[in-house]
Amino acid sequence: MENELKLLVGAMVTLSLATSALVVVPFLQLKDEPAPAELKPYTSQELRGRQLYRAHACMACHTQQPSTTGAGIADASRGWGRASVAGDYHYDDPPLLGTMRTGPDLFNIGVRQPSVDWHLGHLFQPRAYTSGSNMPAYPFMFEVRNADDVADGEKIVHLPSGTVEPGKVVVAKPEALDLVAYLISLKRTYPVLSTEQANILSQSGATTEKEQVQ
Amino acid sequence: MNPTALLLATFILSIVGLFAFIWSLRKGLFEAESSGARTIFSTGEIGHPEEPSVGPAQQSALNEVSRTNLVADETKTSQAELAAREAADRSSALPAFVLIGCSVVWLIVASFAGLLASLKLHWPDLLTEHAWLSFGRLRTMHLNGVAYGWAPLGLLGLAIWMLPRLLRTQLLGGRLVIFGALLWNAALIAGMGGLAIGINAGMEWLEIPWQIGVLFAIGGMLVGLPMALMLTRRKVHHLYVSVWYMGAALFWFPTLYIVAKVPGVHFGVEQATMNWWFGHNVLGLFYTPLSLAAVYYFLPKVIGRPVRSYNLSLLGFWTLAFFYGQVGAHHLIGGPIPEWLITLSIVQSVMMIIPVLAFSINQHMTLKGHFSALRHSPVLRFIVFGAVMYTLASVQGSFQALRTVNATTHFTHFTVAHAHIGMYGFVSMVVFGGVYFVMPRILNTAWPKPSLIAWHFWLVVAGFAVYMITLSIGGVLQGLALLNPAREFMESVAVTIPWLQGRSIGGALMTLGHLVFALHVLLIIVRSGAFSLTERTTPATAAANPSLT
Repeated sequence: MENELKLLVGAMVTLSLATSALVVVPFLQLKDEPAPAELKPYTSQELRGRQLYRAHACMACHTQQPSTTGAGIADASRGWGRASVAGDYHYDDPPLLGTMRTGPDLFNIGVRQPSVDWHLGHLFQPRAYTSGSNMPAYPFMFEVRNADDVADGEKIVHLPSGTVEPGKVVVAKPEALDLVAYLISLKRTYPVLSTEQANILSQSGATTEKEQVQ
Repeated sequence: MNPTALLLATFILSIVGLFAFIWSLRKGLFEAESSGARTIFSTGEIGHPEEPSVGPAQQSALNEVSRTNLVADETKTSQAELAAREAADRSSALPAFVLIGCSVVWLIVASFAGLLASLKLHWPDLLTEHAWLSFGRLRTMHLNGVAYGWAPLGLLGLAIWMLPRLLRTQLLGGRLVIFGALLWNAALIAGMGGLAIGINAGMEWLEIPWQIGVLFAIGGMLVGLPMALMLTRRKVHHLYVSVWYMGAALFWFPTLYIVAKVPGVHFGVEQATMNWWFGHNVLGLFYTPLSLAAVYYFLPKVIGRPVRSYNLSLLGFWTLAFFYGQVGAHHLIGGPIPEWLITLSIVQSVMMIIPVLAFSINQHMTLKGHFSALRHSPVLRFIVFGAVMYTLASVQGSFQALRTVNATTHFTHFTVAHAHIGMYGFVSMVVFGGVYFVMPRILNTAWPKPSLIAWHFWLVVAGFAVYMITLSIGGVLQGLALLNPAREFMESVAVTIPWLQGRSIGGALMTLGHLVFALHVLLIIVRSGAFSLTERTTPATAAANPSLT
């Protein structure tokens, strides 16, 4: 090969083919995908919590995608919910799908574990709740204080006895509350169409927004 | 229209087009089958291995291994050509040194981040008081330290060093390279600091936000620009196979990064497909081609024998360019993205066997009859180890993309082990080998302690073997536990713990090897005359100051 122009043009053509397949066509195919009616946008507190979820790279160990294949078949039996669809991530920028299940899938953690106290205590010390867990503890999201040193409106974390020394209490910082608010908001229990149902609807040409989410 | 038929038609059409394209390029290479492969040798140089990291005894042993390659009618080497190469080496010395020097620093940073993250997975209560030392942040910093520090800077350093030799011209725009390297490092320092305090864009391989990351694109372009300048002034007619890989990669990276980071365009699940389009293409169209370029240069040079089949390398290049770009969606098998996209990526993942075999067979044929050179050349040991791991990682990757295999390995530590076969076993080992080759040429002095090279090699090979074997087993056990609805989730954690401990042992050995390597790099810099490079970038000043040479 002697011609550098041929080389570079060829190289850019192969890359644009790949870009069309993996970026442009999905862009066109998904851009009009409506949000399911039952899916609520995040509140500002939940968005702050989502920011913390990213900041601590929770997605390094937790997926948010009960899947249709493989481990996904077991997902439903663990209460992780139905397989996710594109519309479920309408308000997610970016979607935090994750690549690892060092910890469980969190797509529906708000359904499985709706207790604020549980989440706060679990973030403070996961091993006080689940023995054998290798999840990091996040003590820097909390303050350990004397029991008489708590102001009104501050959130005291109710922990299993023995987690901190007697006479001390654990107070959640706002960031811990934000993160838990986000985790509890993760509930996608509304029904969605199966692929077959969606195909039938699109062939009859009657895909209004209402019907897509039934 | 039936999407499967459409997909199949497109696929067949592209394959036909691809082969027509290769055929059109191949025409003209028939009559002089290996003339292209000989461009990296000066007149009379075939049969004379170049191995700057060894002493005279090993050099003569290497010469002995390569004796059969001597060309009868080319007995004299051309002094003019060798002087031109020396001038080319001088012109690239400082820019290549800056890039490689920075990459070694990032290697050490990334190694410690990775090792501590690994320890935390089985000692979760270790150092929990500081947010920046928590697992999630360390893992992210480890990934970015390797993906934007060690690997690209090391590979770009080798590329900048090789290009003037391959194009038989002096490096043009060396200052642009240095400026680009500084911008790149500034971006990485800012990006890593941001990750430590929790500024994370939330997409793997793209965690550093675009406001900082734009400097990677600019820095990458500045490092690539001299290649464009040199191509127009080159003194070789033929572009050697390494130039194709480097040329394409230097154009691919800025394009990939800019498309991935352009703000306000990507949304929802499309961001996930874009994420893995980038994530796999930065591997396949940046680190891989740059590493293959290094293998295609250093392996023939060290054994003094041109690459066997030039046509095979042409096939390997274009099939890699075509298939590798489209494999990314195999990271989202079973995920909430269009099914046709996943199928396309699985098909192209399997098609990757073609470029991989083309490369592997070619290297094997080149090395055939010269395996004893491995005993005498540290550079060759690293490079061949890397080439073998490329084959292993790629073939493993092709099978891992199949739905049946993926069902077990997806979401597990097996994927992490696989990633390390590619980025460590292949890319990092090739960079190590390349650095051992080029540093003595850049600094005009020999490695001070050859025994440290052997220590480095065996420490990282042992560490890597432990890492790969333990984590792969742990990943499969984890996957089997996750697949079985009858087993508690916590079982899938418990089964991995002993293997994660094993991985930490492997990682510690690798880190130790890296410290040996970094120490040796420091020693050769000190020996070369301590950081006074700028004063001796021309042979004239070097001759005037013999204490430095």
